[in-house]
Amino acid sequence: MLVQQISVFVENKKGRLVGVTEVLAENDIDICAISIADTTNFGILRMIVDAPDLAVEKLKEGGYTVSTTEVIAVEIVDQPGGLNEILKILRDHDISIEYLYSFVRRPAENALILFRVEDTDKALEILRKSGAKVVSQEGIYNIN
Amino acid sequence: MYWNQAVECLDREELKKLQSERLVDTVRRVYYNVPYYRSLMQQKGLVPEDIQSVEDLSLLPFTTKQDLRDNYPYGLFAVPLTEIVRIHASSGTTGKPTVVGYTRQDIVNWSELMARTLTSGGTTRESVIQVAYGYGLFTGGLGVHYGAERVGASVIPISGGNTKRQAMLMRDFGTTVLACTPSYALHLAETIDEMGIKRDELKLTNGIFGAEPWSEALRKELEDKLKISAIDIYGLSEVIGPGVASECQCKSGLHISEDFFIPEIIDPDTGELLEEGEIGELVLTTINKEGLPVIRYRTRDITSLNYEPCDCGRTHVRMNKLLGRTDDMLIIRGVNVFPSQIESILMEIGDTKPHYLLIVDRIGNLDCLEIWVEVSEELFSDEVRKLEDLNRKITREIQGILGLSVKVKLVEPRTIERSQGKAKRVIDKRKM
Repeated sequence: MLVQQISVFVENKKGRLVGVTEVLAENDIDICAISIADTTNFGILRMIVDAPDLAVEKLKEGGYTVSTTEVIAVEIVDQPGGLNEILKILRDHDISIEYLYSFVRRPAENALILFRVEDTDKALEILRKSGAKVVSQEGIYNIN
Repeated sequence: MYWNQAVECLDREELKKLQSERLVDTVRRVYYNVPYYRSLMQQKGLVPEDIQSVEDLSLLPFTTKQDLRDNYPYGLFAVPLTEIVRIHASSGTTGKPTVVGYTRQDIVNWSELMARTLTSGGTTRESVIQVAYGYGLFTGGLGVHYGAERVGASVIPISGGNTKRQAMLMRDFGTTVLACTPSYALHLAETIDEMGIKRDELKLTNGIFGAEPWSEALRKELEDKLKISAIDIYGLSEVIGPGVASECQCKSGLHISEDFFIPEIIDPDTGELLEEGEIGELVLTTINKEGLPVIRYRTRDITSLNYEPCDCGRTHVRMNKLLGRTDDMLIIRGVNVFPSQIESILMEIGDTKPHYLLIVDRIGNLDCLEIWVEVSEELFSDEVRKLEDLNRKITREIQGILGLSVKVKLVEPRTIERSQGKAKRVIDKRKM
């Protein structure tokens, strides 16, 4: 039930991001969610794509440092309090979040939140038990 | 296993006496037979009688590669050409080569030195030794060849190159000892694999590798791949060629044949003699050479000396594996920095050898060292915190070793320019 996220090391320099997206475009790979963590010197580009294995292969060929990480995808209702509900569950079970990002598809009523947590297995079990809608890799592309 | 136990295990007091006698003789010979040395000594106000023992060695002037070039081709020979039976020359990558000459006795002595080296590398009269060092003006091929014949091994003088043929003959002739550069040994090992030659078709047991610096990691790889015991040997043509120093089977430093050479370690900037165990430039004086004796020759190789007794029983001092060349050395705020020091720190952290670049600049009046490290898959983490920790860790370790504050920058793969597969390691932007 986990989703494969691709992480790419990018320097904080002009033209670095477009280098990555060019590789994906050339290989007809669709990005459905993207986020960047940045520091003064470098950033980590995180993405959910429709063909993760191909993306990793092609980015490596292009000379990028790439890794894959499993993240949890939770579908929530796109309305006030939606994210709050999920975060409360994690807090109540003492699960700390390394990072998260979201994406919303229009027209749609739901949003997707992607979580990287300390204890993935535990988080997954708790979220499911509490009735949160955890989405699989295939599920991402079929939201509403 | 010794070739010449009496000398190789000679009591250090006796050794010192022998060195003093031979030094006094050498100084007398160069003073009277080599005008260049005589004028260098006269400039320092020295006469041969000022040198009474090894303690006086540091009074003498240094010799450099440039001195050999300036006296091209035969200017520093201490005997007439009629006495010279062999001439070798170093590859002259910059201008003219440096030329060295050997008398008949020099060849005998060189063979003796190489017999010691080869014996400590596992060669006996039962051995079949494949000499894949280049034969010719380069001292490697013929140096090993004469030593191996002295030992009484069966010598295959195949020289370098034609690797498939090397692999075939290694199998067919039952080679037991391989002598070549470590990089060529690796290439040969890979070729053996590619040709589908099975390890049990080979009789190889020992490797004698030198003529270029190599790491412990490469030793392990060669020993595993070829199922051999491999030793490192050291030498340079200006001094004699291979045979100056070699590891024993303890593999913890290279014994310098001190009955032939007196080693010193100096600060490469000031020329000052350093304390025992300190890292600096190796300086060698030949004390038993006729054709081309060299006095305090600056090798430009960086190492340190270890006078602790060795488990093998040899009493001769050990030099540690080379750290680099003075040509690669950077002086930053008075601290000597070698790229190899940074490399070994990075190797410990990342487990593999990452590409890195040292950038030295002068900002205001202060020299700054910035180190770029390419983030390989082994080093990469998806979490910012871990990458920042990595950055801090590299910074801390390097500062600890160098005693200099440095700035470490993580960069993308292939940021650092490669030239012919070899990465450029240093950019010095300082304008002096």
